[in-house]
Amino acid sequence: MTFNPKSLFGRPTPRIDGVAKVTGAARYASDELVANPAFASLVTSEIARGHITGFDLSRAKAVPGVLDILTYETVGNQIKAPLGPDGGPTTTTLESNRIWHDGQIIAVVVADTFESAAEAAGKVHVSTMAEAASASFGAPGVEVQAITAGRPGEKTKGNQTEEKAAADAAFAAAPVKLDVRYATPPQHHNPIELFTTTCVWDGPNLTVYEPSQFMWGLKTATAKQLGIDPANVRAVSRYVGGAFGSKGNQTSRTAWIALAAKRLGRPVKLVPTRAQGFTIATYRAETRQHVRLSATADGKLTSMFHEGWEVSSRPSSYKVAGVEATSRLYAAPVIATAVNVVHADRATPGFMRAPAEVPYVFALESAMDELSYALNMDPIELRRVNDTQNDPVSGLPFSSRLLMPCFDQAAEKFGWSKRNPKPASMRRGEWLVGYGCASSFYPNNIGPAAVRISLAPSGKANVSMAAHELGTGAYTTVAITAAHSLGLAVKDVTVHLGDSDLPPVPVAGGSNNAATTTHVVVKACADIRQRLAEAAVAAEDSPFHSADPATLILAGGALRNADGLSEPLSKAVPRTGGRLEVYAENIPAGLPASAMAQLYNGHPLMSRGGNRKDVTAYAFGAHCVEVRVHSLTREIRVPRVVSAFAAGNVINPTTAHSQYMGGVIWGISSALHEATEIDPVSARVINANLADYIVPVNADAPSIDIIMVPENDDRVNPLGVKGIGEIGIVGMNAAISNAVFHATGKRIRELPVRAEKLL
Amino acid sequence: MRPFSYARATDLAQAVHLGRQTGQGQTDAPVQLLAGGTTLYDLMKLDVMVPDRLVDLGPLRPKLSSITPSAEGLHLGALAKMAHVAAHPVVQADYPALAQSLQLAASAQLRNMATLGGNVLQRTRCSYFRDPTWAACNKRNPGSGCAALTGFNRNHAVLGTDSSCIAQYPGDWAVALMALEADVSLTGPLGSRRLPFASLHRLAGGQPQFETNLQPGEVITAFFIPASKRAQRSVYVKVRDRTSYEFAIASAAVALEMDGDLVRQIRISLGGMAYRPWRAEGAEAVLTGKPLTEANAEAAGRAALAGAAGHGHNDYKLTLGPQTVVRALMQAKALPPASRKA
Repeated sequence: MTFNPKSLFGRPTPRIDGVAKVTGAARYASDELVANPAFASLVTSEIARGHITGFDLSRAKAVPGVLDILTYETVGNQIKAPLGPDGGPTTTTLESNRIWHDGQIIAVVVADTFESAAEAAGKVHVSTMAEAASASFGAPGVEVQAITAGRPGEKTKGNQTEEKAAADAAFAAAPVKLDVRYATPPQHHNPIELFTTTCVWDGPNLTVYEPSQFMWGLKTATAKQLGIDPANVRAVSRYVGGAFGSKGNQTSRTAWIALAAKRLGRPVKLVPTRAQGFTIATYRAETRQHVRLSATADGKLTSMFHEGWEVSSRPSSYKVAGVEATSRLYAAPVIATAVNVVHADRATPGFMRAPAEVPYVFALESAMDELSYALNMDPIELRRVNDTQNDPVSGLPFSSRLLMPCFDQAAEKFGWSKRNPKPASMRRGEWLVGYGCASSFYPNNIGPAAVRISLAPSGKANVSMAAHELGTGAYTTVAITAAHSLGLAVKDVTVHLGDSDLPPVPVAGGSNNAATTTHVVVKACADIRQRLAEAAVAAEDSPFHSADPATLILAGGALRNADGLSEPLSKAVPRTGGRLEVYAENIPAGLPASAMAQLYNGHPLMSRGGNRKDVTAYAFGAHCVEVRVHSLTREIRVPRVVSAFAAGNVINPTTAHSQYMGGVIWGISSALHEATEIDPVSARVINANLADYIVPVNADAPSIDIIMVPENDDRVNPLGVKGIGEIGIVGMNAAISNAVFHATGKRIRELPVRAEKLL
Repeated sequence: MRPFSYARATDLAQAVHLGRQTGQGQTDAPVQLLAGGTTLYDLMKLDVMVPDRLVDLGPLRPKLSSITPSAEGLHLGALAKMAHVAAHPVVQADYPALAQSLQLAASAQLRNMATLGGNVLQRTRCSYFRDPTWAACNKRNPGSGCAALTGFNRNHAVLGTDSSCIAQYPGDWAVALMALEADVSLTGPLGSRRLPFASLHRLAGGQPQFETNLQPGEVITAFFIPASKRAQRSVYVKVRDRTSYEFAIASAAVALEMDGDLVRQIRISLGGMAYRPWRAEGAEAVLTGKPLTEANAEAAGRAALAGAAGHGHNDYKLTLGPQTVVRALMQAKALPPASRKA
């Protein structure tokens, strides 16, 4: 790149798809018009463990309009089971008579109308042989699978790691120590757009309209499950109504709907219920955690040990292993970690916004707060004492780390200096007041991607790539990047995303989307500039005839040079043809040349900020929050939050602000509200609706102040761009819990923090 | 998805006639009366209520939705919308607990739809009641048991329960009606009657499928709230997990009349912790004739929860309940004395 990326980014830009979204013109997957669809409805299990012993379909089949009923008896062997979020085995649905969890899909009813299908689904009678189900931690029958080394490369020695032995010794010798356990609950993403699937066959070709965070993954996985050539499958999802990690994996439904459409010779559309979304997709598993910190009397950490236990399904060993992240945060000389998977009779969990960090950073950042009181030290100062510019695990330098500038700016704006450090010392009327803080951080990931860009003589550009608009503003970031690279107005760029007929882009997860898409777009635009420049200098009728093509730039809809000469695109483009179209691929540094071919096969390799060879690349942030706790009845409210983030070059401050703010509000939710409740006897989900699964309303988030700390990180990637989709939520739960302690003197180590825990 | 028929009542007599098969509010009654629909539609979509026929009371609204204050008290038509009553200046000035209980309930959208009569009949939020895939629910299937006893019961009642049902009455407005000693007017096949609101709802008594003392076909037509000094000095305190659009985990209404430093008359009622709208007469007795000190308020709070029993996840209500009463008492004490003479 021969130009300053700052010239591309940083101008607040309204969403180019905003009007389409608020007027209903934006087509989400189930809005796509298909001819004469039949409608599917799911039958799900009412027990959490056992076997199906038979179906009575007579009442269901008698419902007028019923066309087909799929069960394991009729279609069980006709698809290949999907893989879990970790690529390993996961729970099945119609493949067999086995019931692994509550709400598992056990039949698919297809009918002429949505209403008939739903009515008939309610009339499918299922006989089951139920077995005692294990709901979660502590239930009889759970199986604990120890994964001794929590981080790659940790060496084992006997029953424990060398690091653990060293941490134990340092802990024993330290003057100040903390040994505590934490717990976090199961949570569900609940994107407003439900888990829909519409399948349309045209001869051998299948089109799947389904909300997805990975168009090429959906395409290739569906083909594999059906045993057909991926070239025959197209996946379309132009807009996604929220995903948060729930729409990136192989699903338990897609192949069955494709099969239903094939059997019927007619498109089939499934729109499951909100309640079904709690059991047919993934969730954030509950965790138990053990943290031990030791420090010198002046607050320097001498050891850190962090162990986690995570619930999973019986067959899947999926885990988030957040110790990988928490071990990178502070300069402890000895760090040991461990992770365990606890298998219960539950659905397989999966990625949920900041999957590893939300539960594990809650524990670490709560523990740091507890340590600050043990040391009688300000919690921000404790973080300053243990700040480091080198990754404490690998020793590599951070590409950039502005953790303390984030704290300083957030604390200044928040008025942290007005905090009386004594717990339960601040009060306003009937309400106890508490201030709390926590660090936030998230690795910078970037993947390979391809794009096709065409430029017309009119100065209008088209950008096409199978990237994903999850509500983050992806259309707009791509348009900004292309427009500013090509010297056009944002309105002159049309962006096409969300279709696997377009060049591949990896799964929109791990906050890689912004870095991944901008780099390949800039590369394609550089190619366009190069070709226009070379054609111009070769043309006798061009003012740039015989000039050095490297001196020409695209700006203001023209090819220009530093001497003020210019030639409009209406003249420059036709020299290259009717329109100039380029296809570009970008493979980030550190990934093999085969990464692009693998992406075309549905395998997204990723350069991860935590395991690069040159630097460790993270974005950092800091939260300061005020809570109010009623002195008598103990309701907890969050009147204000100030959060600061340093995450490289900000592409679009408008949508970046929304991303940060949304993350912070979800963090309030994580701290105070959200929990999926599992019946302890039956292992069934009992609050599978948005009335009983509590999330904040507007009145719960009255003042969220976001500070974007300027950061030049020229080592993270050429454009200095860091993903921000997840960092906003990280640490918020701890910051609030820490503030609750400050308000009340009561330490709550199990989320969510609710009134009853403070009585 | 199930078919049902729909009829619009042309007048009260016809509504009563069409409603003869409403039973006593059992979920499986073949006919259900439809007012605002905010509970009924919800439970029909969940397959908890499975009526063959709905009788829409909407056409009666012009005659049954008046808000009529007088020197004796406040007359409210049963089809008045929650939002209208909450916004009425006389309700706000002379019956503040009533206005507050409505303002703090549900969402603006629901308050615009829901009626007073429907509101007092809203069903419990018990997860095991609201999901018919749970076999054990005596309220839905008499004799089937109660899954909440051993299940997740954080939002279940600690007062007025028995082993047949520990469901919690979820409403706010009914709690305020209890403290203000309202009457309710009914019209049924045998004519009209008026009874104390406190006798409308039943205890489980081993038969939780019967929630009220309404007779088949009886329609709630009006509420009457007597005017008093203590109604004017009344409060409704609602404790909930989030700031808005949420049911109470505990609530209390207090109506207070002081005589100098001493409590002359007081009424206390509880929500968010009882099987039915709950009047705490024992707590009233603790305070009557005494100064309203914090210590006396705490004693009243303890008396209000006398006999309460937790079931595990809801044990916290045994502590939160008294604290909520104390908070409501202190708020009532802080209010200026009533302006009316008697």
